[in-house]
Amino acid sequence: MNTINAPLKYINEEYVQPPHTACPGCGMPLAMRGLLKALGSKVILVIPPGCGSIIGSYPKRIFRDKGENIPVLSTPLGSAAICAGGLKTALVIRGDTETEVVACVGDGGTYDIGFGGLSAIAERNEDIIYVCYDNELYGNTGAQRSSATPWGARTVTTIPPVAKMENKKDIISIMAAHGIPYLATATIAYPDDLMRKVRKAKDITGFRFLLILTPCVTGWLYRSEFTVEASRLAVETRIFPLLEIENGTHITINKQPEGIPVEEYFKIQGRYRHLTSEEIAEFQGKVDEGWKRLQWSASYGNQA
Amino acid sequence: MNKVITGNEAAAYGALLSRPAVVCAYPITPQSRVVELMAEFHSQGLLKGKFINVESEMDAIGYVIGASSGGVRVFTATGSQGLAWMHEGLHWAAGARLPIVMVNVNRPIAAPWNLTSDQSDSLSQRDTGWMQFYCENNQEVIDTVIQTYRVSESIGLPAMVCLDGVYLSYVAESTEIPDQAMVDRYLPPYEPDFPAGKVTANRYKLWDKSAPEPDSYSTDEFFESRYVLHKLQSQCLDAVLRANDEYKEIFGRAYLPVEEYKADDADVVVVCSGSAVGTCRHVINILREQGHKVGLVKLKMFRPFPKELVRKALAGRKKVAVIERDMIPGQGGVFCQEIKWALSAEQRAVPVYGFVSGLGGHDITAKLVEKAILFTLQEEPPEQDVIWLGLPEKRESDEYDKRSIKIY
Repeated sequence: MNTINAPLKYINEEYVQPPHTACPGCGMPLAMRGLLKALGSKVILVIPPGCGSIIGSYPKRIFRDKGENIPVLSTPLGSAAICAGGLKTALVIRGDTETEVVACVGDGGTYDIGFGGLSAIAERNEDIIYVCYDNELYGNTGAQRSSATPWGARTVTTIPPVAKMENKKDIISIMAAHGIPYLATATIAYPDDLMRKVRKAKDITGFRFLLILTPCVTGWLYRSEFTVEASRLAVETRIFPLLEIENGTHITINKQPEGIPVEEYFKIQGRYRHLTSEEIAEFQGKVDEGWKRLQWSASYGNQA
Repeated sequence: MNKVITGNEAAAYGALLSRPAVVCAYPITPQSRVVELMAEFHSQGLLKGKFINVESEMDAIGYVIGASSGGVRVFTATGSQGLAWMHEGLHWAAGARLPIVMVNVNRPIAAPWNLTSDQSDSLSQRDTGWMQFYCENNQEVIDTVIQTYRVSESIGLPAMVCLDGVYLSYVAESTEIPDQAMVDRYLPPYEPDFPAGKVTANRYKLWDKSAPEPDSYSTDEFFESRYVLHKLQSQCLDAVLRANDEYKEIFGRAYLPVEEYKADDADVVVVCSGSAVGTCRHVINILREQGHKVGLVKLKMFRPFPKELVRKALAGRKKVAVIERDMIPGQGGVFCQEIKWALSAEQRAVPVYGFVSGLGGHDITAKLVEKAILFTLQEEPPEQDVIWLGLPEKRESDEYDKRSIKIY
């Protein structure tokens, strides 16, 4: 069943206010826009170094509610989840149970350097929303590989013929294995789906993890008008599934794409241009296998 | 109430009585008992705040950074490798002006592994912007933790209370545990100057409290923040003295940042810090009885360095002997360096003898202290920055071995 088009009342407020310094064609501000539209302004954002902190506050603060800044806590790169947990605890002790603490962290701060703290906060089920805006590389430092970079992709540190030789780390399964109350994936081509998930996360207590795929124009090497198209094709090719996982077991696949060939997705990007037809077939095999496994997992969890 | 407790337990009692809202720490030898006792206090309902046994020191400091940024009183404790693992967070906490109080149980940093005692760990963090206090005994530990909350919160800077691993952390002595009601009178609840739902971490412009959170960041902002941090450091000593006076009024005990012992007419003074101060007091008593005009200066406050007090205590002496349990390879003792710097403006140069001793948990025995003082009395000031006091092995193989001064 497709739940992707579940209608959501349109929210007029804008909490991401121009001008910002993201690259033309960056997917992340769109994700932040949807995120804050669904959350409202009673939040404290916790942002470690990365594109989010630069775009968010340099040279001007862009997260604003009318004339007021939305509070942002900057943190060391590896400490976003942990600082967010500490902050939430402090707010509750001071009697503020309403303000939502939302960590907004790139894939570098999530999959890699901040992973220990993220896992710990998830294990303790601390009451924060953790958003990973995943552009599958270290965008802010100039597009080096991360463990979120897909197999076969070019980055400035995985240069063909020695492109990325490892698979993308399966953060979805890893976080689900923590048994957290809510986990969802989203991407900017499906803003209603994204905002619905944020809304849903907001109404749940405990640790909530949102993985948002945000295409990176300088890292993925697409033309800047293809940002949304890249996001859509990642879903349509079944590379990036749109799903929700509750309590680590109950999986809902929000969209069942027909599964167009990965080549369609690769065509608009420079980072896969070096792949041979054999390598593309190998990639397709990985995607097919992953999709099959996801269907199986979903059916298993849903038997109960 | 008097209780026979270890230094670790004294640290935990000091923290408990200070009523932190968030306590989180990661256990490490020889500090682990601090964490365990905080957990016991929590399970008994004595510690009302939240207790979290976190998963690493980096996350311990991260969690208290988050909580302190949200406006509550926090406590953490570590030592050695753990302190090194916190390093980034230490800079962060000071830069963000968070009044975090941390107990550091001094232990060397590997390699090679060593689980005992050495002050190189916290001294290697001297440039992070944290205040640092070194304690002589368990009573001082408990009192200093409580006092440090007053100092830290009045200035808005983090502070480290250091105690020697093993020598204090594991040694039990009779300690007066202050009455909670009296501590409450001394240390009122923490009142952050910003409402819940906001964060403090980015408000560098604290010299102007009415200034709104900046809506842009520039190099000016950073430059200004460093000016402010330096300025705040200049206010720490007064805050310490004030906190100490008020503590004395209520509890009858006080600890000077720089304390002189039998030093009034002393030609030669020994400078020491931490648990070895007690041994030095004992040796000074003996040498005084023998007619030597020697005295002791105990350095409790190390950061910010109480330069003027140190100058006052040491200027005009014939010689100064620094005995310390730490070492920077290629430089020598940290205290010695700083003392030389403090004395550098003196018209008449004061020779400073730098004794490095007791590394990795070797005892700084009364015998060694006596040998060091007699060496200082009898020998001309050496060129060498380090005099090795109690080095375990005799070495004579190369030029350095032959030139270096060793007292066994």
